[in-house]
Amino acid sequence: MSEQWTTETSMDNDEISRISHVTMSPSRQNNLTSVYSFPLSKSSYNIISAFCTEDNVSHCIIYISQELDSLGLATCIEASSPGGAGLNAVPALNAMYELLQIHRRTMCTLEELEKEHLKNLSSLQHMQMTNSRLKDQLELSIREKSRLHETERQLQLKIKTLQSCLKTEKDEVQKLQNIVASRASQYSHDAKRKEREAAKLKERLSQLLVDRKDKKLAIDMLNCLGRSDGKRSLWRNAKATASHEGEMYKSLLCGYEASQKALVLENAELKKVLQQMKKEMIHILSPRKPSAIGATADEEQVDSDGEEKTGNSSRETLDQSCEHAREQLINSIRQEWRKLKSHVEKLDNQASQAQTQMECNKEMIPLETHEDEMERMRSEVQQCKEFIHAQQQLLQQQFNTSFDDETAALLNGCYTLEEKERLKEEWRLFEEQKRNFEKERKNFTEAAIRLGREKRAFEEDRAAWLKNHFLNMTPFADRRRWCSSDGQSALSIKSEPDVRMSAVKTPKAKSSTYATFSTPKPSRSATAPSTADLYRTLRLIPESRHSSRGSWQESSPVEDGETRVKSKRVLRCDDLSIFTFGEDDGLT
Amino acid sequence: MNFSEVFKQSNQLCKVSPNGKYLATCVQYRLVVRDVSTLQILQLYTCLDQISHMEWSSDSLFVLCAMYKRGLVQVWSLEQPDWHCKIDEGSIGLVSSRWSPDGRHILNTTEFHLRVTVWSLRTKAVSYIKYPKACQKGIDFSRDGCYLALAERRDCKDYISVFVCDDWHLLRHFETETQDLAGLEWSPNGCVLAVWDSCLEYKVLLYSLDGRLLSTYSAYEWSLGVKTVSWSPSSQFLAIGSYDEKVRILNHITWRKIVQFEHPATIDNTKATVYKEVERRPAVPSDELLLHNITMGSTLFNTQSKYEICELPVQIPLVKPEPDRANPKIGVSVLAFSSDSRYLATKNDNMATAVWVWDVQKMSLEAVLEQTSAVRCFQWDPQHPRLALCTGNSKLYLWSPGGCVSVQVPAEGGFQVQSLMWHCSGNSLILLGKEQLCLCYMETEQEEQ
Repeated sequence: MSEQWTTETSMDNDEISRISHVTMSPSRQNNLTSVYSFPLSKSSYNIISAFCTEDNVSHCIIYISQELDSLGLATCIEASSPGGAGLNAVPALNAMYELLQIHRRTMCTLEELEKEHLKNLSSLQHMQMTNSRLKDQLELSIREKSRLHETERQLQLKIKTLQSCLKTEKDEVQKLQNIVASRASQYSHDAKRKEREAAKLKERLSQLLVDRKDKKLAIDMLNCLGRSDGKRSLWRNAKATASHEGEMYKSLLCGYEASQKALVLENAELKKVLQQMKKEMIHILSPRKPSAIGATADEEQVDSDGEEKTGNSSRETLDQSCEHAREQLINSIRQEWRKLKSHVEKLDNQASQAQTQMECNKEMIPLETHEDEMERMRSEVQQCKEFIHAQQQLLQQQFNTSFDDETAALLNGCYTLEEKERLKEEWRLFEEQKRNFEKERKNFTEAAIRLGREKRAFEEDRAAWLKNHFLNMTPFADRRRWCSSDGQSALSIKSEPDVRMSAVKTPKAKSSTYATFSTPKPSRSATAPSTADLYRTLRLIPESRHSSRGSWQESSPVEDGETRVKSKRVLRCDDLSIFTFGEDDGLT
Repeated sequence: MNFSEVFKQSNQLCKVSPNGKYLATCVQYRLVVRDVSTLQILQLYTCLDQISHMEWSSDSLFVLCAMYKRGLVQVWSLEQPDWHCKIDEGSIGLVSSRWSPDGRHILNTTEFHLRVTVWSLRTKAVSYIKYPKACQKGIDFSRDGCYLALAERRDCKDYISVFVCDDWHLLRHFETETQDLAGLEWSPNGCVLAVWDSCLEYKVLLYSLDGRLLSTYSAYEWSLGVKTVSWSPSSQFLAIGSYDEKVRILNHITWRKIVQFEHPATIDNTKATVYKEVERRPAVPSDELLLHNITMGSTLFNTQSKYEICELPVQIPLVKPEPDRANPKIGVSVLAFSSDSRYLATKNDNMATAVWVWDVQKMSLEAVLEQTSAVRCFQWDPQHPRLALCTGNSKLYLWSPGGCVSVQVPAEGGFQVQSLMWHCSGNSLILLGKEQLCLCYMETEQEEQ
């Protein structure tokens, strides 16, 4: 039996390995599962074992017991009856049960291993892909690196050439500057020479002209005019020159005096302005700080002192020398400025404190604004969610519909490769989840079907048994009843793990289909209706559920698919039973 | 605003006497003196040749007429029409002639700047000043008429001679620290002499009356420097316009720069008002009117214009100077303080259509007048803060702190204002066309009342 299973699984594995290429109809999967379950129930009645005949029962028993022994199971199946051909039913059954248990366990482990294998395969694939991608990246980066090296080299070359250029340019500039300097000196020299020549020529010309000029006056005037101011002209003598000097200095002095007067006036004006400013400043600043009383009072005192002092000084300054006045003025201004600065700083501090207080208050106040803000943010979040949802839907659509070049190009345009990968990953996860769901649903379906079948079989059995019982009341009757009752019990036990096994079995097929088919719809339409139907018949789901399901699939192919699946299943069932038969043959 | 009828003139020779009573104009050989108020001809003199220069004496009694081609100067007396005076410079030639401030001497500069001849009308005496320098402004009388500063060039060095105008006594003679002196100008109070170097170097020197160097100012090096210099009437400020399109203002105490006015192509100073002259062609008249107009020979082709205040920022049209030509058309070439020293009007040569008015009190840009054509001439009213300008078309433009106005000169035959000058009272303007002149009377307050 175990060998048979292993072959089966190997075949299965082969199938799994060919998952990516072979499409597997779910009905066939169903049949596969039924292969494992049905022979046990049916073969005991319908098939005449080639392994064990009436003649070699004892041999068989011995052989079996030995085999069991080798497997480490309890081996007391030989009946102690003297016939030698008896079978101790209880241990045999126990052994069988244990074998079954073992079988199931191995099946489970097998399933797990297969799953693991699949997972590993996929991860391997993924790894390979990533590896290849990384390789590509590496290659790219290496190429980039070499390119950069090349450019760097070129740039360095360029820099070198440019530096040399710069050097030559500098030299050139130096040369040109020298040339310019020499030219300038030459030019100025030439200019001077020419100017001298011109001066000489002018001199000569004037001499010639003046010398040739006759003594007669070139001015022809009716009569001489008097001075415009009516005074008589003065004699030109030393006194006159001295008076000219005096006049000049007088006028200069006048000018300076005037300017000094203007300056003094301006100074006084400015001082007045300063004084006024100071007064006003004191006036403005002092009443504004009732909080800092002591300091203010002091300051005011100082201020008034300063004022008085400066007032005095300003009064004095007019008499004092300019230097002194300036010094004092500067001092007073500095003093004022310092005072003002410190005061402004104080005010600034106060203002900042006030502001912080205000801020504290502010934190209490704007609950409404806070709420508004929250509302706004919520709406924003909602919008974002909607947006994401829409994007997801779009993505799904794109994945569901076959990839034509256009969409691929679009995708390429829209997303980067990484993003696509990530989305694929997510999609795969999602698919897995979906598969799980499908799996469970399938399990239920299978279980239901099996239950139905078993029930039918049981009914048949019972009918047969009753018929037999009724028709031939033979001494064998006792034994027959035994068997049937055993079968019943076995069936009742078996039903549960079988379900479990199939539950493990089905998803594999499903996963394979999903992995291969980009559009899962047709397969779903083939399987889903049957399960739904079954659920409905089993009253696992309410009627309303079916109607809601209806939206998922087209109604007409549903029925067809269902019937087709059913008929196929029956066919496969037969096939497998034959198959098992063959296997048994091979064993013997 | 009223306009007189149009008179003939030649060579744009037209001067109002310093006392404001007479208007002298030259028409070819003739000198015509009119009464400013009535515009009636008072005297008519005939010279020996076409007059190339004409000038009133300071006492408004004599008029000097120079004929540079002939090397002749003729002087006419207003009080004694029979009195005549003729000065012949002979073969040595004449390039410039001017009155001394006392109105009794005439200073003639001979050709090649060989010398300056000082002719006395009191004594017929003649004196010579040698080595005058041929430069932008080599000769300047102080405002009070006491002193004459003269730039000289000897042995490749610049000198300044200060003469007492009374008896032409040489008061001071000193060498200046200039490479190539370009000009000199007395401060209005006569105490300080500003001297600037040629455009190759930015250098402004300030000398006291007694020849002491008070200060030297140089804004930058290795670039074309000073283009023009102008004193404020109060002697407080010295404005220097330079090739870097900036005006720098020096104060009279430390002689340091207080402020510099830039002339950017894009005006985004929100304190400034930009007036833009907008031309409007009159609607095309019907045929009858057209005929009528042609027969009348009136201002059909004259366009109307008005000022619009522009939204900032404003782009001022720029003309790029040719870099390989001498005397590039760039930089501030004209500076003029208003009579109260409150405003300064400037013109940047590569923005020929714009006149900039600066508030000296606030040290900021007050207004910019963007004209449709290049500004020919502008002058401040000698009494009020009012600027008159012309652009060579038939319009007169006036700016005052209150606003800006464009006035069409209603003369027949297309009077194109080439130049203008204020009457000393500030009540009237003399507008000079190519061959004509007309007076423009401002509305005085009495008239308004």
